[in-house]
Amino acid sequence: MNDLLRISDLVVEYPVGGGRRVHAVSGVTLTVRDGETLGLVGESGSGKSSLARALLQLPPPQGGSVLFDGNELTQLRGKALRAVRPRLQMIFQDPIASLNPRRKVAEIIAEPLIVSGVADAAERTRRVRSVMEAVGLDPDLVWNRRPHEFSGGQCQRIAIARALVLEPSLIVCDEPVSALDVSIRAQILNLLEDMKARFGLTLLFIAHDLAVVKSVSDRVAVMYLGKLCEVASSEDLFASPAHPYTAALMAAIPEPDPDLPLGDTKLKPGDPPSPLDPPSGCRFRTRCPLAEPRCATEVPPLRAIAPGREVACHFPLVA
Amino acid sequence: MSVSATKSTLAAAPASRPRRRLHWALVLPLGWLLLVVFLAITADWIGLPDPAAQELILRRKPPSAEYLLGTDNLGRDMLSRIIYGARTSLIVGICAPFLGFLVGGAIGMSAGYFRGKIDLLAVGFIDVLLAFPALVLALTFTAYLGQSLFNVTLALGILSIPAAARVSRANTLAWANRDFVLAARTIGASNWRILTREILPNLLPPMFAFWLVAISVIIVAEGALSFLGLGIPAPQPSWGGMIADGREALDVAPHTALIPAAVMFATVLSLNFVGDIVRNMVDPRRSAL
Repeated sequence: MNDLLRISDLVVEYPVGGGRRVHAVSGVTLTVRDGETLGLVGESGSGKSSLARALLQLPPPQGGSVLFDGNELTQLRGKALRAVRPRLQMIFQDPIASLNPRRKVAEIIAEPLIVSGVADAAERTRRVRSVMEAVGLDPDLVWNRRPHEFSGGQCQRIAIARALVLEPSLIVCDEPVSALDVSIRAQILNLLEDMKARFGLTLLFIAHDLAVVKSVSDRVAVMYLGKLCEVASSEDLFASPAHPYTAALMAAIPEPDPDLPLGDTKLKPGDPPSPLDPPSGCRFRTRCPLAEPRCATEVPPLRAIAPGREVACHFPLVA
Repeated sequence: MSVSATKSTLAAAPASRPRRRLHWALVLPLGWLLLVVFLAITADWIGLPDPAAQELILRRKPPSAEYLLGTDNLGRDMLSRIIYGARTSLIVGICAPFLGFLVGGAIGMSAGYFRGKIDLLAVGFIDVLLAFPALVLALTFTAYLGQSLFNVTLALGILSIPAAARVSRANTLAWANRDFVLAARTIGASNWRILTREILPNLLPPMFAFWLVAISVIIVAEGALSFLGLGIPAPQPSWGGMIADGREALDVAPHTALIPAAVMFATVLSLNFVGDIVRNMVDPRRSAL
């Protein structure tokens, strides 16, 4: 499999006044292979969404490179960038906020076609209808309605239709089911899987729900405080986590049995440190049960410990 | 059973209350405004005496069967002058804020959308405009450019730029960070298309409601200009000018000042009522946020 997307040393920082900066993403290197689903997990504030927006150049990152199918996106500006954009689409966490409340569903889904210069109205109508049917919306029922007339799940279908209508190569799904009812989640996840097979998509799937990530991902990348901890195939990661942080995440997954005791994450108590002033060395060391003096002085690089398995830890749990 | 009954009454209450309140608070002001607009439009065809025709023997007459609202200092028919004056007030009141909203709206949208230097410049420009005392600025304009309907409208239009720019900037700021704007960017839409297709439709309802309120402010401002003798030139009647004329005879013929004042009061109050209701109706979902 070829690499569709290669992110190297990506840096995203936000100024917060007083000369201080939030280090949202600090030197992330990650590849997404053509046709795979890469899960990206991490707790709130770990930089997942910043990473996603930066790779889509919304806005462009402060450093690093984003190589998408031979195009260096960080070097593109204006028209050239807008010409590539249709090939990378995004699905948002809040489906209702991602749709313009003043526009009709048919207009929302046709908008990408108009922007891309599909001038023939009949051709647009045909493509909008076909993509509506693909995502399970009845074109005759939804055509002239507005987003607020729909439930969250239906809105997410509309958003998926809008992302698909240009037949993109990569879709970044930024927590696409977190805002939905549990009963709807499976439907939307199945829809994404179907669409992936049907349109030959590659997905970057961001989530904080490990069960969701496990069910959809071929490979999983774990993020903590703006850095990658571990990248591995879904089976390997869930069977034997190599990074202490991944292990803690696994231990925190609740078991659907009320009689079992809660898993012990073995973490040191406390909150993640502020991204305004991340710890020296390994960013996880302040909460890591295995931390040693070396972790405070030396940043652990992301290194391969087995084929297709990378971890950023001086003392990985899997040798 | 009882729980579901309570629920249904709770659900029914908020639906019926605003409807009843809407009833008189909307119908009364709206009826008044429609009447004023209708008379202003049809003034030439409803058999009114010439608003400039003087009948000096019959000056300062109280309301009677012949002169329904009496006559003024120069024996001119008050009813006719009020109705022709409505024309002046409405033209200035509608056109001046419209002009201000076109310019101010565009400035505010650019500032709120592009941020950065454009925002800094726009906000600076607005603050400079606001730093001038409004009436002094309008007086300067009409004093130098000359008194005419067009110049008064232009002066008051410029005065309404800052308010319009602030409303549109604040709304643009709120909308520009929504996910659907981000989504429009991911499909490669240009800034122009995002501004006109994604943000503008969401901006129009609050701007429209604000425009209704601005009309009332401008009508009062035009009255103030005319009162100071720098508004619409005589003999064209305007409400502010009539109040100014009537002031001279306030002791002997109070109706010459009070009637135009009452008409302006009713019109401004009605506009504010309707403006408030429209603003609440624009989107109840969003006002709850």
